[in-house]
This record gives sequence, structure tokens and C-alpha cells, in this order.
Amino acid sequence: MTSITQNNVNEEKLKLEQLISSDSIKQIELWRKKYPSDRKRPPIIAALNIVQKENNNFLTEELMTAVADYLDVPHIAVFEVATFYSMYHLKPVGKHVISVCTNLSCMMCGSKEIVKHLENRLNIKLGETTSDKNFTLKEVECMAACAGAPMLEVGEIFHENLTTEKVDTILQDLGLRSSSNGE
Amino acid sequence: MGTVTITIDGQELIAESGSMIIEVADTAGVSIPRFCYHKKLSVAANCRMCLVDVSNLPKAVPACATPVADGMKVLTQSPKAISAQKSIMEFLLINHPLDCPICDQGGECELQDISMGYGSDISRFTEQKRVVKDKNIGPLIETDMTRCIHCTRCVRFGTEVVGLRELGATGRGEHMEIGTFVEKSLVSELAGNVIDLCPVGALTAKPSRYKARAWELAATESISPHDCLGTNVEVHHRRGDVIRVVPRENESINEVWISDRDRFSYESLNKSKRLTQPMIKKNGDWQKCDWETALTFAADNLKAMVKNKGKESLGALVSPNSTLEELYLTQKFIRGLGCHNIDHRLRQIDFSTQHDDPFYPKIDFAIADLEDMDATLLVGANPRQEQPLLSIRLRKSTRYGRVMSIAPFELNENFRIHPQISMHSSELTTHLQGVVAALIEQQKEPISATLKDLFAETSATNDHRVIANELRINDNACVLVGQSALEHSNSGHIRWLARTISRLSGCKYGELTHGANSAGAYLAGAIPHRLTVGRDSDHCGWNTQQMLQKGLPGYFLFNTEPELDSSYRDAARVSLLKADLVVMCSPFAEGEFLEYANVLLPIAGFTETSGTFVNVEGHWQSFTAAVKAKGEARPGWKVLRVLANLCDISGFDYNSSEEIRDELRNKLDNASEAYVGHLHNPDKLEHGGESPRVLTIYDSDMLVRRSPSLQLSPQGVTNWRRDQIQELAFFEQRQVIDIKEVADA
Repeated sequence: MTSITQNNVNEEKLKLEQLISSDSIKQIELWRKKYPSDRKRPPIIAALNIVQKENNNFLTEELMTAVADYLDVPHIAVFEVATFYSMYHLKPVGKHVISVCTNLSCMMCGSKEIVKHLENRLNIKLGETTSDKNFTLKEVECMAACAGAPMLEVGEIFHENLTTEKVDTILQDLGLRSSSNGE
Repeated sequence: MGTVTITIDGQELIAESGSMIIEVADTAGVSIPRFCYHKKLSVAANCRMCLVDVSNLPKAVPACATPVADGMKVLTQSPKAISAQKSIMEFLLINHPLDCPICDQGGECELQDISMGYGSDISRFTEQKRVVKDKNIGPLIETDMTRCIHCTRCVRFGTEVVGLRELGATGRGEHMEIGTFVEKSLVSELAGNVIDLCPVGALTAKPSRYKARAWELAATESISPHDCLGTNVEVHHRRGDVIRVVPRENESINEVWISDRDRFSYESLNKSKRLTQPMIKKNGDWQKCDWETALTFAADNLKAMVKNKGKESLGALVSPNSTLEELYLTQKFIRGLGCHNIDHRLRQIDFSTQHDDPFYPKIDFAIADLEDMDATLLVGANPRQEQPLLSIRLRKSTRYGRVMSIAPFELNENFRIHPQISMHSSELTTHLQGVVAALIEQQKEPISATLKDLFAETSATNDHRVIANELRINDNACVLVGQSALEHSNSGHIRWLARTISRLSGCKYGELTHGANSAGAYLAGAIPHRLTVGRDSDHCGWNTQQMLQKGLPGYFLFNTEPELDSSYRDAARVSLLKADLVVMCSPFAEGEFLEYANVLLPIAGFTETSGTFVNVEGHWQSFTAAVKAKGEARPGWKVLRVLANLCDISGFDYNSSEEIRDELRNKLDNASEAYVGHLHNPDKLEHGGESPRVLTIYDSDMLVRRSPSLQLSPQGVTNWRRDQIQELAFFEQRQVIDIKEVADA
């Protein structure tokens, strides 16, 4: 064949089946069946969730392109989803990912203070991971909990109406010793 | 669909119900500012610039996404509308860098224009502007993503028009970016259109970057010289140099698009080594000389050749991308010398049925009709490589219809092809015969006994039956024969089969010919077996194959390098090197012809000559020269005129290319298609044969082979003949680009 497409630029690419367990493939197939067969994009979100879970809670370029090829959608369609939603992590993250909302409502209720406090306690900046790989601090867009602003999310649990004291309690519950960078 | 009456700014208008306010306003000539709306793309309504004031609605609404309703009163200039538009403008400019003085779009920028009308003098935004990293998306398109206003026209173009989604919007909110996410070159052969679509300077043309300001450019209307569609373009030039080529709207041919080949091939005119002075080879060395010396040398030698070695000792090969005038004069000149060996069919191999050829090869319908086809059968056609814009039309037809293919390769189109039969080229005939057999099976009306006998032993498969049935039951159906079928060593039989399929199924028929002007070449008589406008020649001359394989003492080459253009690379080399005399008319000064030619006559290239192309619909499109030819080069028709005069051939007193065209037009008006042979049933069915490997999109003619940017694009880098042609494009830099290096970058 004379012309080239995105799908054969890199011939040595591994397929999704080679990258993740057959159990995960089964789960993706389950999701795929929930949508009409001519609609290929809806299962992207579910597939990325499943793949991320298996890959230490983060996604790689290789995995995302493999998901795209597996679902027969353009690569960029998967990148768009993966970069839009804050639940996807595009680089390795710590054991606990702390997602702080800094959108309008939270900002007006003092999220800047919360971020500053978290940065001080964890000794990292937004977007970074502590050296002991226990915590990752992430800035996220609105998570639809404006009524309880400011808020943060850890491990799929929302913590609302935050104060610095409340943040300390959360960190303590997550196992942060003293105020150091895990040292 | 009914109509409704609305008023826009007090003007009463009748509009089709369901249309959007902005469409009605555009038709009525009321201007509404917009960025994301484009008439060829879906409505996104994300820029909000087109907010207008509609009576009884509390807030301003986007004109691009608000359908008209009876009695609707729209105000585009009311205080409410203006204030909404001004506010939007302020938002859009928050993150825009306002670097107009160093932006290539400056002077033709929609954002710049509209901010003149709606922008504020002072920005209230004192915070830091965002900066977005530029992306490298290949050698054709330059990005400055900080300037992007997220209208998503480029993204929608890829999704909706091309069907190949390469660009997308990643990230969210303030972090949203347009790009490919993973750095890679765009592979679409139509990607350059995003340059025109981009309303700001985020996506601009890389080859013409920083070359000129929009207001310094003069525009000349022209026709693209690459494929048989006759794409309408506009050539932008300054001080004698072509700066860029952009599309010219023609709904019936190219809509508003052009392919990258049409857009960037002009580069070869400035970047490659041009022939600026006539040259004669003396004792193996090329020496520059004046026109008189060169023309006298050529004329004397041609005359001597004909006199000493016989009238048929000469052969003329002319590119199917030449203008109608050049083709007409070349054949008139060669025939004036008494010789009949002239051909433009450089890629053809099978000439056995040439006397059955139609008046001229064409499609039986308008190009625009293709998008409404319910069933299309492609025979050996690869639209993305051959006529990229046709691929857009075909893709549109798949919304309701279906496209089917029988070809010696797997088609890589951006739409569904079903059924798709791909096989070795030796089996192409077998599959077409299968479709005919299926049609005979399904036909209820009586079929001639000869045809039945011919196909008595042929069996049809299920796919053949599906194809036959689709073509038969749909009123809007067609068979299109493409390059690898036309180049096939059984192409005569293949075309007969395709015509038989069309006749039995009642569908339309078309041949997608080589080059920009194959139809014109037939009309002009640049073929060995027929004179101008299809008159039978009393003497049938040699075709390309005979000329190059059997060898001749003398050759006249016009605008072609047969060792690359023809299907006879090796034979061409041998014959041309062996020849006593090779007269070469070429716009370029670098190529293998330096080894075999004896005299080089510099002719004007694309954009430098006036002329006419006849497209595949038989539509004549004339154009004028945009710039003067380089150096002492002259338009081809003038060179041929003087050459003929020096050879004492009468009837060459033309003062303009229009006179030549009108002479031909006159002949055509007085001609009748009755001159031309009609298709005969063969005695038996042919089998086997093969077609040469098809040339890729950026290897199709002298111009594109010498265009550096096209050669650096993914399709150029992966061209299977790259090692044979890459020195042509990068001659100036004397650089040979390592394929790996480019692919990795």
C-alpha cells in the first residue's frame, strides 16, 4: 500500500491485548457492549479507567494509542478524553492523589489558602509527587461540589468546606507523619 | 421545506425554514462577525462572536446556531448586539498575544479585521497571558498556538471533510490546546486547507512564511496543473516571484478546497534549479547560448534528421500536464515535419484498442454529481493519491450511498468501501469479468448472444453479485476507472469490461485520466493514431511504448522527463542515451536529461504561461500567466511557433495563446464525434497481465518532484521511488535527506 495512516507509522507498536490482562480486556468488552456498535467513542472513558487501574494509576502514550487502536477510534480522540478529565494521570503518581479544586466557587471560598497549606505540609508544588511516592498534589477543575467549596478529593472521596485544620486531619488520616516530605 | 419571512436590520428576507440566521444574513449581504462558523463545516457556536439581537429574546443569541422562525426580527447593530459582540471580542483578546507585526496572518487576519470594528483601545486584563508551546506538525504548516482562539475549524475540517482526525483539542478550560498531542506530521494530503480555515495566525503556511505581506501580493486566477479535475486556484505573487497558491472557490469542481499538491508545488519554481537560458551540448559539455543559436541548432538538426533518416525517425513525447495550446502546437509541428510519432500517454502500456478510444476520455457526469451517487465502483482507482479532492466527494456520497472497489491494492480511504476486492494486478480482469457475469445473470432484458457466449464460462462470486446489483438497482450509480487500470497491460480489455458493466447496469462511466490535460491532449491530437479533434490519421504513428522500447534516432521532449514520467524507465534511458538527437523543452535545468539531451530550450512553467486545461468533465478552463518566466525562458507555445517557422512549416503565425485556442475551438465546433471508433466486443476474454507500480502523489510530475516541502512531508518521505528523485528537490542545498532522520523528527 502506498499511502500511510496514523495506524502504521509505527509498525512495532504493541497491541492492547499484549499490554494489559485478559481480565481487563473482558471488562472493556463489557462496556463496549453497552453502546450501539456504530458508536465507537463512548467506551473510551471506561477503557481508560480500566487501563489506568491496571497500570499503577497512570496512563502512558503507548497505552492510550493502544486503547485507540483497540476501540478503532482516532488516537487524538483518546488523548482528548485523557487530557480533559482530571481523574486520568498522564505521569506516575503517588499512592494518594489529592485533587484540589481551584475553580471559581472554590477560589472565592479560599482554595488558594488550601493549596498553599497543602504545598507547605507536603513540601511539594501543585502537580508534583512527594519523594516517598505517597502523595501527589493535583489542581483540578470543578468537580460539581460548589455548595461545599472549597473542596478536595482523595481516593474518590470528596472533602468539603475545607479549612487548614480539616486538611491536617485528612493528611493525618492518610498517614502523613509530621510536616515533612515523607522523611 | 417551507419558507419563512424574517427581517434582518429592517430588511425583509425570505428564508428556508431550518436555516440559520447567519446563512440568511450572508446571502443577503449583511455582515455578521464570526470566527468558528464556516459554511462548509458543522456549527460549533463556540466563539460567540456572531451574537445578535433577536426580538423577544432576553439575551443576544449566536446567529450561526439560531434557526430562523417566521416573523423573527434580527438586529445585528442594536446596542444589545454591539455590546455583546464587543464583550466577546474582549474575551477573545485576553489570551491573544497581539503580535500582529511579526505574524504572517497580519493583513488578512479575521481576528485583526474584526477587532478593528469591535475591539477596545485598552485592555482591562492585567494578569499574565497564557503561552502555548508551538507544535511541529510537518513541513507544510507552521504553528503558533499561542495565537489560537479555539474556534476548532481545523479540528472539524479533519473530522468532517477529510474524515481523518489528526488535530484535536486536548486539555480543558484555560489549558485547552489545539494539536496532535503526540508530535507528528499531518499525513492528510488535504491538510493545507487548515491554513485558509484558521481565522488567526495560529496555522500558517510554512514554505511561504515571512516571505511577503498580504497587501504586497498581486493575485492571478489560474488552474492547478496536477490532476484531471482542473482545480481552480489563485496564484499570489510579488515582484515576479510566486509567493503562494490558494484556492479559488468553484462549487462545481473544488468547492473551497485544494490539495497540498496544488498548494505547494509552486515551490519548485523558485527553489529548484531553473533553466534560464538555452543550452547546447558540445563535445559532452553544456554551453549556454542565445535563443537564435539554440533554435537554429534544434531546427537544423530536426530537419536534417527527417531528411537523412526518414520522416518517422523522430518521436515526440509531451507531458499530459502541458496546456492545450502547447499540445496542439507540438503535434502540429511534428506532423508538419511529416512525422506521426507523437504521444502524451506516457504511463499507458496497452495500446491495442486505441482505435476504439472515445472522442476523448472523460467522465459522463459532473464532478459535483459524484457526491450524490448511491453506488460507485472504483476500478483500479486510488483517489487519495490520484485526485485527492475527488476523495472528499466520494466520502460525502457514502452518507447515503456506497463506494465499492476492485483494485490491485488495498484502498486506504477515509470512508467505508464495501465490498472491497483487492488482488494481484493479474487478476483484475477476472474480477471485472465476474461482475459482468453477475450482471448477465441478473439481467431480465434480453442480452446479445455474442456477449452471453463470451461470458459463458465465467462465474461470479457473491461480492461480484453485490457490486452488480448495487450498480443495477440504483439510478445514481457510476463506474470510475483509475490509474492502475489505465496503466494495466490489459487496459483496453479492462476499459471494455468497465464500459460493459456500465452499459448492462445502466450506470454512468468515467475514466480518471493522467495529468491535468489528457482530455485536451486527445482533442489537440497529441496522439499517434488520430489528428486534431478526433479525425482519423491516414498514417498511425508510434505510441510511447514503441518510441521508447524500439528506439528512435531523434526525440523531441516537451515538458517531460520520460525516465521518470513514463512506465518505461529503463527502456527510456537506453533509447534516449542511444539517440543521435534529443531536443528537450523544459522549465528545469536539473535531471537525467542533462545526460541524454543535445539541446535544452527553456520554457515557462506553471504560473508563467497562459493556456487552457480541459478537465475530466470536458470543461475548458483558460488562464493567464501570473509572473514572467525566469531568465530567458519563454512560454512553450512561443518556442514552438518559432521552431516551426525556422523549419518552414506554415500556419504558425500566432500572436497569442488565445488565437491557438480559438483555432482549435473552431475545429472542434465543426467536428463530429462520428470520426471516432466505437467499442468492439473482443473475440475472446483476456486474462492475466499486470500494471506497473503506481506513482505516488508527490512523484506525479516534474513540478512536484522538485518541491522540497512536499518531498519532506510524510507522503514524500515514504515514496517508494524516493532514492531516485530526492536529488531533484534538494538540488540547491545539495542535501540528501536521510529518510530515518526525517521520520524520527
